[in-house]
Amino acid sequence: MPTRVLIPSGVLCLGFDRDALARGVAAKPDLIAIDGGSTDSGPFSLGSGTSKYARAVTKSEWRDLMLARAQADVPLVIGTSGTSGADACVDWMYQITCELAAELGQSLRVARLYSGQPKARIAQALADGQITPLTPAPDITADAIAQMTNIVALAGAEQIQAALATGADIVIAGRTTDTAIIAALPLARGEHPGGAWHGAKIGECGALCSTNPTSGVILVDFDETGFTVEPLAHGARCTPHSVSAHMLYENADPFLLYEPGGYLDVTQATYHALDTRRVRVTGSQWISGAYTVKLEGARAAGFQTTLIAILRDAHYVAHAQDWADRLQRFLMALITQRMGLAPDSYDLDFRLMGQNAALGQMENRIGAPVEIGVLLIITAPDAQTAAEIGKLANPHMLHYPLTEDEELPTFAFPFSPAQSDRGPLYEFALNHVMALDDPMSAFKLTVSEVRP
Amino acid sequence: MKTVGSIAQKIRSKNAGPFWVTIDIFCGTQTAYQTLTAALKTVDVAELYCQPSQMLKRFDIADLRVIKFSFPRPVVQGHRGDRDMHGAQWAVLLAEFSPPEIEALLA
Repeated sequence: MPTRVLIPSGVLCLGFDRDALARGVAAKPDLIAIDGGSTDSGPFSLGSGTSKYARAVTKSEWRDLMLARAQADVPLVIGTSGTSGADACVDWMYQITCELAAELGQSLRVARLYSGQPKARIAQALADGQITPLTPAPDITADAIAQMTNIVALAGAEQIQAALATGADIVIAGRTTDTAIIAALPLARGEHPGGAWHGAKIGECGALCSTNPTSGVILVDFDETGFTVEPLAHGARCTPHSVSAHMLYENADPFLLYEPGGYLDVTQATYHALDTRRVRVTGSQWISGAYTVKLEGARAAGFQTTLIAILRDAHYVAHAQDWADRLQRFLMALITQRMGLAPDSYDLDFRLMGQNAALGQMENRIGAPVEIGVLLIITAPDAQTAAEIGKLANPHMLHYPLTEDEELPTFAFPFSPAQSDRGPLYEFALNHVMALDDPMSAFKLTVSEVRP
Repeated sequence: MKTVGSIAQKIRSKNAGPFWVTIDIFCGTQTAYQTLTAALKTVDVAELYCQPSQMLKRFDIADLRVIKFSFPRPVVQGHRGDRDMHGAQWAVLLAEFSPPEIEALLA
């Protein structure tokens, strides 16, 4: 029995074609699945346990999907809720769901799948030799684990299947692999395992596998030999090229995809156009292996304050790097003198916008910019010290001369106050996998009956 | 000198997770694919990105007329010192690159 999964878009908050979504609902899917995040935007969401997306947009799109679910009368699953899938992000998504259930008058069984890992569990798994580094991996020690604010494990198909088995109308999952929320149901129903994972990978970014990437909505039909993918927006088409090329996207290896409990190998896959819009894929292979889940962790890495000055004076533009280097030395001496801070206890990073701010040492073009934006990024162990260094640097960013015998220059400051206190900095601190005897042993499932 | 970007249809780069970056060169035509696979030396691409060449994974994918390079990010995404959170501007370096042998191959 084929399994039909409706995917409204690559991620909640990216928008989708509402007419196409309605066509998807009319096509009687067995499940609606959407991703809620990724590591794309950096470590802040995981570090802080907050969503990068606006709550209003999240709620508005989730309302549409909750209405679509009610109409289709099938489960609705969101993976990696609230951008990072940290436990606090799952709770945030659950709160939004409860508000909408009340507003829409829906009675729902809601399953929350928590992926958050207590530090003690990770420390114990490390001590037990259950944690293996991937390439490249940061050093992991008991101390490093203690500095992390959030650690999540990426759930696979098994954990989503457990959530669906509760009879949930809605599954709000913490961190999952992008594919697990789509592959779980076809796998549970005995569809082709290679096809289930491959179709899930092709579908995980919604219509990105089609000729109209921003239209969002696609339908994937899984069966015993493979899968068929079809975009639902008018004018959108899937072609063998657009579908197979999607394996390249955000993937270091375009033929292999590692998942909990094995990996997908698409080396032998064949892509066949059924018509001008639909593509049929067969020949993908799933190779079972040890049951491991990938870990993601974010650690607190200080606090930042930034200042921006713009050099427009042609002489300063021409000597911007020299100016920044001299100013850095001057400020470091002043910080030692006035604040008594050791040079290795904070960091000053000058970025020259217009010269090499994006590529740094890799930049190989030399141009003649009209102006240079000088971004000073200050990192210190606490917010107060970062802000204090910003205030110390302020008058010198404004007036620092290249030579001693010139009238004091004054550069362009776009802001008052000149500095922006950015708050905490987080860094990704894990690129490891953890072995599990029981897939559910590192995950928590909570089922609630939500009434309007 | 012809650049890779002037021959290929599209070149893009993006993180493949926080620890890797991947660059896809969509050649478009079979001629462009043949020219670019021959002209692009892995060692030159490694040098462009200040990487040891053994760290680069290279995939020449004839079916898609794509050349793909993946390598570990020298600075992990979002670490202090990261300049491009998504690694998306890195493609420009390859697009602007003129492989030494390109003129001979195009002649």
